[in-house]
Amino acid sequence: MENKEYTLSVFSENKVGLLNRVVSIFTRRYVNIESLNTSESSMTDVYRYTIVVTTTEEMVKKLCAQLEKQIEVLKAFYYENDEIVYQEIALYKVPTAVFLEGNHVEKLIRAHNARILDIEKEYIVLEKTGHKSETEALLRELEQIGIYEFVRSGRISITRPMEQLNNYLKTLEAHQNVN
Amino acid sequence: MKYYHKEETANGQAKSPVKTEYISGAEAVLKCLLAEGVDTIFGYPGGAIMPVYDALYDYQDQINHILPRHEQGAIHAAEGYARVTRQTGVCMATSGPGALNLATGIADAIMDSVPLVCITGQVFSHVLGSDAFQETDVIGCTNSISKWNCQITRPEQIPEAFAKAFYIANSGRPGPVVIDITKDAQNGKFDFSYQSTKYIRSYHPLPKPKKDAIQNAADLINAAKKPFILAGHGIQIAGAQEEFKTFVEKTGIPLGCTIHGLSSIPNSHPLHMGMLGMHGNYGPNIKTNECDVLIAIGMRFDDRVTGKLSEYATQAKVIHIEIDPSEINKNVHADVAVLADAKDALKALIPLVKKKSYPEWYAEFAACDKMEYEKVIQRDMQANAKNEMRMGQVVKEVSDQTKGQAVVVTDVGQHQMVAARYYNYLSTNQWVSSGGAGTMGYGLPAAFGAKYAQPEREVVCFVGDGGFQMTLQELGMCSQWNVGVKIVLLDNNYLGMVRQWQQLFFDRRYSSVELQNPDFLKIAEGFGVKGRHITDPKDLKEAVAEMLAFDGPYLLHVSVEKEENIFPMVPSGCSISDTRLE
Ligand SMILES: Cc1ncc(C[n+]2csc(CCOP(=O)(O)OP(=O)(O)O)c2C)c(N)n1
Ligand SMILES: [Mg+2]
Repeated sequence: MENKEYTLSVFSENKVGLLNRVVSIFTRRYVNIESLNTSESSMTDVYRYTIVVTTTEEMVKKLCAQLEKQIEVLKAFYYENDEIVYQEIALYKVPTAVFLEGNHVEKLIRAHNARILDIEKEYIVLEKTGHKSETEALLRELEQIGIYEFVRSGRISITRPMEQLNNYLKTLEAHQNVN
Repeated sequence: MKYYHKEETANGQAKSPVKTEYISGAEAVLKCLLAEGVDTIFGYPGGAIMPVYDALYDYQDQINHILPRHEQGAIHAAEGYARVTRQTGVCMATSGPGALNLATGIADAIMDSVPLVCITGQVFSHVLGSDAFQETDVIGCTNSISKWNCQITRPEQIPEAFAKAFYIANSGRPGPVVIDITKDAQNGKFDFSYQSTKYIRSYHPLPKPKKDAIQNAADLINAAKKPFILAGHGIQIAGAQEEFKTFVEKTGIPLGCTIHGLSSIPNSHPLHMGMLGMHGNYGPNIKTNECDVLIAIGMRFDDRVTGKLSEYATQAKVIHIEIDPSEINKNVHADVAVLADAKDALKALIPLVKKKSYPEWYAEFAACDKMEYEKVIQRDMQANAKNEMRMGQVVKEVSDQTKGQAVVVTDVGQHQMVAARYYNYLSTNQWVSSGGAGTMGYGLPAAFGAKYAQPEREVVCFVGDGGFQMTLQELGMCSQWNVGVKIVLLDNNYLGMVRQWQQLFFDRRYSSVELQNPDFLKIAEGFGVKGRHITDPKDLKEAVAEMLAFDGPYLLHVSVEKEENIFPMVPSGCSISDTRLE
């Protein structure tokens, strides 16, 4: 089976220490986590992990099963890239001096659809959102004129199919009322 | 101080009053245990758990506390207790080294699906993370070996944590849970009330079998020509022995047991073809690769069962009945997956399956049995040319004299395989052994727990000379509580199982497997445990009788052949079709 990039969306209760369990499911199976983001979801009390891995579909199914086995995990979904809309954000700190030399930088900003967040005497902070290849491309160009610092966030994603979890939770709650 | 606390609901109506008591967290722990029907704790005190021990002083009339000689003894005893009763075992330890001494047992319990609640003391919450005396990150350390764990830093968290813990430990696929309680949470007082739970939003342990899956399974079964059943631990965990027997008899399908499936149906049943796995019986292993439909019930296709996966049952359609969704398609692809516990699944299946019989297919198993008998069993049942006893012979004698009714507890090694192979299991819930983890040192304390839980049953513990020395200090526990475990020490003066591998796969390069053993009888005597040593096969019968007749713990030290090998054997990494008989 071939390796592919998969994005996992994991929904869980908010519990201290759960992240540790989540991560060890990957490390135990020698699967590298390429990016990880956690945040609250649209539902209060429900947390959402977005995890990117490159592995086989067989492995990603097993990972989801192991994730769902964790008591506080509500549901784990996995997606291929064409099933999601996803973004990352990158910040770049570059010397102010090079900015002042001609309109080279301005062109760069326009071409990459980046924006300036902060201007100081010594440095300027740029922000760009996009896929990894896009934030990477800007980085390569800025590197040529000098860069102090660079950071990229984990991936966040929204599924193209309508969100399945809301429905899932509703059935759970209906189930509870029956019990 | 007792008072009533009234809760108002949203619409202003008073709910039924919840009775609360203002008590310490430590006392609350005991009240939670009592509310869950716990009568025994296996534990070891220390600084961070002292408030609970102090509270225990006033509860001695309601709850038994067993003091082992090492925390590992406590947790294996709790496992033994849980294995025979199928109720949650409870163990307790202090922080740091105490908690870590439980770790082996926690890992053991998750592998073998044993329900445990493990309570550990923790340093004061204000010093957490400061490397305080005897502080270890118990939650971090137990994440990957527990079904669930949680840390409690305030007394008010105690009731809910315990309610969840008991529900989680013994529902769905059972397993160990860990509750780590800081000392200030034990000391603090609060309004205690307890309500057990059977609902956690994110946890759905008992899936109902799906109708179409059941129908598909029944269709496969009804059309099969050479079907075969793999019976796992899940049958006894679900209490599905009756349903299983009905299913087997109606379908007429022969079965093999995994090691933990032993005693899910009596060995004497004509459709019971023996044990699966690396040292299982010849027929069940060979025929797994010849059947057309494989029905796996409550088992997880462990590598010790499957051998080389890519050559495992590739010809068969597989029906996997299993309660843990993560086991489906983990190792072996399921053509039909029935996600349910064994009892519900079998109940649903029984009316849909046809009454059948497969005489020619049975005859194939019988032919395998004949080969195994001639090449292996016959030999294992008698002393060698030097008149040294063989392990199989000893196990057979114990089996005969206990009429196949004893609870058999083992340690890990060759003697374990022999006990699995040659004891004639005629009762149920009578196999207590460390399978998934293979934890040496498990035997004696687990036997204590089993016997303590069910004193009316005969409990025989087969141990090797190596593993016995890992936890033999628990003779002290047997003696202190006068728990009549019958220990049969099968002494080959070797770490036999490792020696066997060195002989077969490492050119007889015996590397660190020979032991200088102590005088085991003197050790037993030192603990106040009676014993006897035999070397001559002519003494075997009478010595076993003497052991069984003795009221109290007893050590029968049997010197056996030193370089005995266990066969049949599926060498690791080989296909089960390549099972070796010699
Ligand atoms: C704690 C632990 N350490 C090491 C092993 C590896 N091991 C498996 S069987 C075995 C030998 C056991 O020797 P003994 O208790 O004398 O039993 P025998 O095989 O001789 O019957 C060893 C060392 C293990 N299973 N558990
Ligand atoms: Mg030995």
